[in-house]
Amino acid sequence: MGNQNKLTFSRRNFLRTSALASGGLLIGFNFLTSCSETATPPVDISKLNFKDFNAFIKIAENGYVTIFSPNPEIGQGVKTSMPMIIAEELDVPWKHVSVEQGVLDTNNFTRQVAGGSQSIRFGWDALRQTGATAKQMLINAAAIKWNVEPASCSASQGIIKNANGDELGYGNVVNEAAHLEVPENVTLKESKDYKIIGKDALNVDVEKIITGESLFGLDYKVDGMLYASVLRPPAFGQILESYDSSEAKALPGVVDVITIGEQARNYLNQDSFDPSAHWSVQLSKTDKVVVIGKTTWDVIKGKKALKAIWKDDSLIESTEMHNDELVKILDGKNLDTRREDGNIKKAFAEADKVLERTYESPFLPHNCMEPMNFFADVTNERVHLVGPIQTPEAAAKVVASLLNRNLEDIHVNMTRMGGGFGRRLYGDFVYEVAEISNKIKKPVKLISTREDDMSLGVYRPAISYRIAASIKDKKVTGYHLKEAAINSNMYGLIPHFFPAGAIKNYKVESGNYQSNITTGAWRAPYTNFLAFAEQSFFDELADLLETNPVQLRLDLLKNVKDGEDPNIQYSAKRMTDAIKLAVEKSNWGNTKEGIHQGFSAYYSHNTHVAEVVDITLQNGLPVVEKVTVAVDCGIVVNPTGAKNQIEGGVIDGIGHAMYGDFTFKNGKPQDVNFNTYRLIRMKETPVVNTYFVENDLSPTGLGEPGLPPAGGALANAIKAATGQIMTKQPFVKYLIKHKTGLKV
Amino acid sequence: MASYNLKINGKAVSVTVDEDTPLLWVLRDELNLVGTKFGCGIAQCGACTVHLDDTAVRSCSIPIASLDGANITTIEGLAKDKLHPVQEAWKELDVPQCGYCQVGQIMTATSFLKQNPNPNNKEIRNAMNGNLCRCASYNRIEKAVALAAKKMS
Repeated sequence: MGNQNKLTFSRRNFLRTSALASGGLLIGFNFLTSCSETATPPVDISKLNFKDFNAFIKIAENGYVTIFSPNPEIGQGVKTSMPMIIAEELDVPWKHVSVEQGVLDTNNFTRQVAGGSQSIRFGWDALRQTGATAKQMLINAAAIKWNVEPASCSASQGIIKNANGDELGYGNVVNEAAHLEVPENVTLKESKDYKIIGKDALNVDVEKIITGESLFGLDYKVDGMLYASVLRPPAFGQILESYDSSEAKALPGVVDVITIGEQARNYLNQDSFDPSAHWSVQLSKTDKVVVIGKTTWDVIKGKKALKAIWKDDSLIESTEMHNDELVKILDGKNLDTRREDGNIKKAFAEADKVLERTYESPFLPHNCMEPMNFFADVTNERVHLVGPIQTPEAAAKVVASLLNRNLEDIHVNMTRMGGGFGRRLYGDFVYEVAEISNKIKKPVKLISTREDDMSLGVYRPAISYRIAASIKDKKVTGYHLKEAAINSNMYGLIPHFFPAGAIKNYKVESGNYQSNITTGAWRAPYTNFLAFAEQSFFDELADLLETNPVQLRLDLLKNVKDGEDPNIQYSAKRMTDAIKLAVEKSNWGNTKEGIHQGFSAYYSHNTHVAEVVDITLQNGLPVVEKVTVAVDCGIVVNPTGAKNQIEGGVIDGIGHAMYGDFTFKNGKPQDVNFNTYRLIRMKETPVVNTYFVENDLSPTGLGEPGLPPAGGALANAIKAATGQIMTKQPFVKYLIKHKTGLKV
Repeated sequence: MASYNLKINGKAVSVTVDEDTPLLWVLRDELNLVGTKFGCGIAQCGACTVHLDDTAVRSCSIPIASLDGANITTIEGLAKDKLHPVQEAWKELDVPQCGYCQVGQIMTATSFLKQNPNPNNKEIRNAMNGNLCRCASYNRIEKAVALAAKKMS
């Protein structure tokens, strides 16, 4: 990775240029994929063709640069950081760059998705290459003007210079550059020469956000737009039997009451339907009743006035039942082996001591602050969809199938998203509004209330882990982890995360219970709880080994040879460096009296993170005072944005470990709004101090990896303070019960 | 439906809506002032915070019928010729992540600083406790309120 400035790209198919009718240069490029042979960018900026390109750079005659950023913005800052990478290699002053959100018009692109903390990791090479290629084109154009060799010219901060001391601004050569061949063999900068990367850049939308400009899906309006509110089954496992809309229809603001569901049912019955695809999660067989009205309040009231009868269609489930099923899975033998090294049976048989713990976590709703909503205008000519969605590509495909339209008819415009956390990977609300607009043939905005959002979510599933370790001669000889989860299990390389590779005899197994409660990705899927379980377990293991938790990690990491096992992608060296930085910055082990510390270190989403939580006890309950975080995410593109992600992720992790609880009774969620569902609030938040391991490695994502280690570090601090072992989230339930004897 | 007269951001406006319509939806749907956000509808999250005179209130839970003649300030009326010092502080510290709750946070902070121009940290944490931020940008909100107090003193 030290020679990252010598990458080869097939640039012939990588980007295309054209001269804009209004003057200036337009560069269309395809993020990670090749453009088709015939692709050409438009000459009219209002007709950006996102069919072959998913991103564009416009360089105007005054030298100012507009970047049409390809990735949707859910708050992780890629709308700022990705253009920074282009601007760095293009070598223009950041203040001359403006950023606009790209539009999606078809399915011909890759990775226009926000999720998995992967935007920066995947975009790093392509974005740098694009910027550098554009810069070389401008240099070539200037060299022709001056009649000199391009090699004798250089460019910096939007100015091209030659050996004679002549200067031209980028804007002076854009029209000529537009007609040149796309150059090959461009050189990327060395990281030491960066002028934009590594410097704080404000969120490009900050001023619009703080002045309340229309940005979010909920803010989008067109003339003649109606509003829609959808009545769905109150319990999972139920479908609509009948309904009475007479009272609702009598309300003056209610335009109509309709049902939808037919299209979704037809789609579910298609041979090509893939029930395992993530977008299928929330397609259901039931009819839903939709109130159409003139304003949001009209449809909120209209929905309350509906009378519907629901009938049981499949099993009506409850949290108690889920808990029993998860225990049965952990106790049973029908688990899939996900990784196995050595012989754990032998290791446990020969052990001096064995430690075993079971950890339990509840379902969790996402609770994006902006409730789910989407706009649709279905006409004979086209299907126009506008709103906040993390997966525009999948949404367009499903809508095309649902409405039996050509994919070319589907146009998706993405708005800024009031939070995602995984929820907006699932486009159920897009499919619903498309079906509604198709039926009424009018522009309409679907709006969910908080109650709608929380009661028909795509929740983080309840998961239990049982971990056992064998100890012989004061060494860990075996490690056995079992996962029992609702609906699906840990994915990808998670079974190969630490301590895989560090313990000779090692086994990870998983099994699941198929529920009709819809579940899906939730910020740092699986690791958001797995990390808590393992990191708490290590703390107890350290006690048994009579060592301290940090030393245990460092000792285990010494057993790992980086690069030996292709499935093991964490680096022992990078993790060790992150741990040492966290130890140094947190003053680990040398705190004032009354402060109790907990440690945790975790690799996920290609980023290594170590955290130390400091707590005090007030009235016997923990108060989280401070979290020290050490992060190795490679080159930090935008430090202020990066720290913001870590601060948020850590507090989110602490909040949900402490308070997040979500149970079902008779198929119904027991909490549907913030009066009973508890999210962390300012008074409960610690100060988060973030430090980055400095290195020259390619950047990795930050939206998720700060979260997983937080719960474990907090649990370990509580253990240090009180001796109590946290095995079940949310902690507050256990702590209050333990302290007061009250049943909570 | 009935007509109501209000003063919003210094301007007299008249709206004809159902009497139980919450101020939030009057602002957003009738007057196209979409800076004020919908989060929970039951005054628990603070996303819909506006000023009634100088007091921060939850617009999702105040029916329009109780506001005839009221003087309301929304985020759109906060900045006059330039950003309000609270907004300046928010910008300087790059507070927003997804950004959805921040208008409500700013409206709560502005009203609070009017009542308590020189708050300590504990007072800031108490004052801001009613506003949820799901991205958990709380550290920066806390710092921005303190910075805004400094700017205004």
